[in-house]
Amino acid sequence: MNAPDSQHNQHLIGASVKRKEDYRFLTGNGQYTDDIVLPQQSYGYFLRSPHAHARIVSIDKTEALASPGVVAVFTGDDVAADKVGGLPCGWLIHSIDGSPMKEPPHPVLAQGKARHVGDQVALVIAETLQQAKDAAEKIDVQYDELPAVVNTAHAASATSLVHDDVPENTSYVWGHGDRAATDAAFAKAAHVTTLEIVNNRLIPNAIEPRAVNASYTRQDDSYTVYVSNQNPHVERLLMGAFVLGLPESRLRIIAPDVGGGFGSKIFLYAEDVALTWASKKIKRPIKWTAERSESFLTDAHGRDHVTKAELAMDADGKFLAMRVHTTANMGAYLSTFASSVPTILYATLLAGQYTTPAIYAEVRAVFTNTAPVDAYRGAGRPEATYVVERLVEAAAREMKMDPAEIRRKNFIHDFPYATPVGLTYDTGDYEPCLARAQELADVKGFPARREEAKQRGKLRGLGYSCYIEACGLAPSNIAGALGARAGLFEVGEIRVHPTGTVTVFTGSHSHGQGHETTFAQIVADRLGIALDAVEVVHGDTGRVPFGMGTYGSRSLSVGGSAIMKALDKIEAKAKKIAAHLLEASDADIEFKNGTFSVAGTDRSKTFGEVALTAYVPHNYPLDKLEPGLNENAFYDPTNFTYPSGAYICEVEVDPDTGESKVIKFTAVDDFGNIINPMIVEGQVHGGIGQGLGQAMLEQCVYDDDSGQLLTGSYMDYAMPRAGDLPDFTVETAKGTPCTHNPLGVKGCGEAGAIGSPPAFINALVDALSPLGVHDIQMPATPHRVWQAIRHAQAPN
Amino acid sequence: MAIPIRLTVNGRAVDAQVEPHTLLVQFLREQLRLTGTHVGCDTAQCGACTVHMDGRAVKSCNMLALQADGASITTIEGLAPEGQLHPMQEAFRNCHGLQCGFCTPGMVMSAIALVKQQPNADAAAIREQLDGNLCRCTGYHNIVRAVQEGQSAMHGVSAE
Repeated sequence: MNAPDSQHNQHLIGASVKRKEDYRFLTGNGQYTDDIVLPQQSYGYFLRSPHAHARIVSIDKTEALASPGVVAVFTGDDVAADKVGGLPCGWLIHSIDGSPMKEPPHPVLAQGKARHVGDQVALVIAETLQQAKDAAEKIDVQYDELPAVVNTAHAASATSLVHDDVPENTSYVWGHGDRAATDAAFAKAAHVTTLEIVNNRLIPNAIEPRAVNASYTRQDDSYTVYVSNQNPHVERLLMGAFVLGLPESRLRIIAPDVGGGFGSKIFLYAEDVALTWASKKIKRPIKWTAERSESFLTDAHGRDHVTKAELAMDADGKFLAMRVHTTANMGAYLSTFASSVPTILYATLLAGQYTTPAIYAEVRAVFTNTAPVDAYRGAGRPEATYVVERLVEAAAREMKMDPAEIRRKNFIHDFPYATPVGLTYDTGDYEPCLARAQELADVKGFPARREEAKQRGKLRGLGYSCYIEACGLAPSNIAGALGARAGLFEVGEIRVHPTGTVTVFTGSHSHGQGHETTFAQIVADRLGIALDAVEVVHGDTGRVPFGMGTYGSRSLSVGGSAIMKALDKIEAKAKKIAAHLLEASDADIEFKNGTFSVAGTDRSKTFGEVALTAYVPHNYPLDKLEPGLNENAFYDPTNFTYPSGAYICEVEVDPDTGESKVIKFTAVDDFGNIINPMIVEGQVHGGIGQGLGQAMLEQCVYDDDSGQLLTGSYMDYAMPRAGDLPDFTVETAKGTPCTHNPLGVKGCGEAGAIGSPPAFINALVDALSPLGVHDIQMPATPHRVWQAIRHAQAPN
Repeated sequence: MAIPIRLTVNGRAVDAQVEPHTLLVQFLREQLRLTGTHVGCDTAQCGACTVHMDGRAVKSCNMLALQADGASITTIEGLAPEGQLHPMQEAFRNCHGLQCGFCTPGMVMSAIALVKQQPNADAAAIREQLDGNLCRCTGYHNIVRAVQEGQSAMHGVSAE
């Protein structure tokens, strides 16, 4: 149900059109997975391991099976007996020694061992959720507890092994860049800046918890699965081809309205598979909705890097080389894209906006007895940007240079630019973004504001961050060479109906991004029809031809480009139909503002007339042209896109309490062309909110000994609330359009989360540096800031 | 053991039987099928389940259906029964104060109650008062704008 809307089609590209989807969300008519109840509905509940690491000695489900309302109880033995495979990892990484990464089995229900608190041990299905929960309490599981591996930095040296056949708890040790050239540059450097950096572990926390409603149809031996997911076709591919051994025709995945994803709903989860498999066992639909506690325990977490980073410079502050050693926590199992995050999506971004000629990165990926870690808004790129931008600002301080000037000195100016870490930036222009951000942030007035704050006993600081990201995943051939086990194109279908209305089927998935509006703007603008005449369908493998889904800020640049390709085909065919109707040659037909006309004449046909003719082909070149107006396109990008921007954060710290407050946050981004500025700004706001959440508040904490999650609820995990965040000053630069996709767009979904953490921490360090504090880790809570101040001021 | 309750929901009289442990949000979502009210957490922190009880914003996950016996409940579905958006709903749409839409019903219900209780709340007070409603998409910037715009629109308007 969408709003009645009569927004005209003129100049839809670049207009802040109000969203078509809002009416249903604002009136309670959205339909999320948990809102769906199917006939004969049953309810699932997962019994989860209370231990971080334990051998499962025995499971007795006798009493549970006899509990009221129980339909079935399944354990690891049951899925093993049915030869249900483990969850696959979608990206193969090779270690420096050439060996493939260790990818131990990721069973759908635990087999032999439980490897993190919350690991699913049994699935109980009952008539009601309450009955399923009651029965789960009656399952008797005997555990033999094992020492837990928790700490990222110490995992490789731990005596306990998360997987018995994975020595040193290490999946891979991966290297990237020219090590010899980097070491040589360091040897002749005039100055080296070194930082020890922890990129704090985060819990994604989409406000809609994960949910699944899986059903089985006897008639054709098929499954329909409603799931809160960002990429239903990928879910179908992984679950069907790799786990359950089902052809595409027998598995339909529907991701209806999805309440936020941020990466955490990209992945194929064990619950999705267990419920789908079980729906055939009991021949009834099963619904499971995660409680928030389960989300904390089992949604794939984000970040969790421990890094030593070094930057070598000449005496003038020109960057010579960068060297980075990172340990990345994978959690207990390799989640769907986990292996690509601290490698391909991380080390390739370490050039940032700078001409650093030599870069080498080495990454050790370790298993621990914690929830799996995978892509979370930005995925590798925030971690890279944090390393680069913290190093650059620390270098400026050490070299006694202005932090903006050291950046300017090292900016890339000539495009295309091939970095030493494997990417070729097609376009960019960094100086204007930085200059505009400085203007908006009133950097000139900062010394006076700092002085005024000082008079009040407060400390002011200003911090920069000039980020680059690689979006628009991805050229399939390049991704394949880098280890991707799938293509990364996108699909769009344009179905013009007889009445001239249009349905767009896209493989992208909207879970807040507003595709129903943005994609409709593209189509309505191109075809010269009303926005209301365009409906966008996504999130259903039964309706959309194919797709790779939404992540990595790829929807507009890859999904939108597929739609543009399909529109090219529509226009080409429609011109032929119009030519026939107008008795002209195809080449003489012009199409503008929804009208086909013969060049140089006043003869014309409307888009609606042509559409009707395609479906009522009484006067039609049937000998040369098929009836109908329905075109499909696959678009595979030729390069990544490279959004960039300059962020400036101004903070004020109360040295007595350690409390810090963002006074002003300025973001100037280059996203190339913009379709809907309102939506783009909203994406940046949200990204900054999450980035500041990481920098100021959020921290996933496991007990180092027991592996128990200590931040397992909103009472313990500090989500940013309205009062924690400032207003944002956000502007998009005139920008440099992407050179290789038809819309000239780059992607804006992750920028805020990538650019903002270093801007905040740099500002905080700037504020505290007069007190002798030169580094602080995220999240910079008041307690941590207060301690840093006390520590710096303590007598030696 | 089901217990009878009688209440008003979105202006309509409702007679129902509820189990003693049934939460108000479960009653609304599962028995009345008013699924616009959402559940985002299990500790009464996120506010996605916010509804109005006798004009006051309450978290419907944090009270029993029995406690609503005799009360008048308004859910997000009751704000625009004729299809014409409430000024606060319109303000959220106009200011792009929502993205995925999941926190939105609770946010709108909280915002209306906030503006009624504090007609002159400024941006800082609005941020403070929205403490009980989590949004992961918007960074709150446009939500604050929306509440301010809804506040202006509601002045002189008898809402609900």
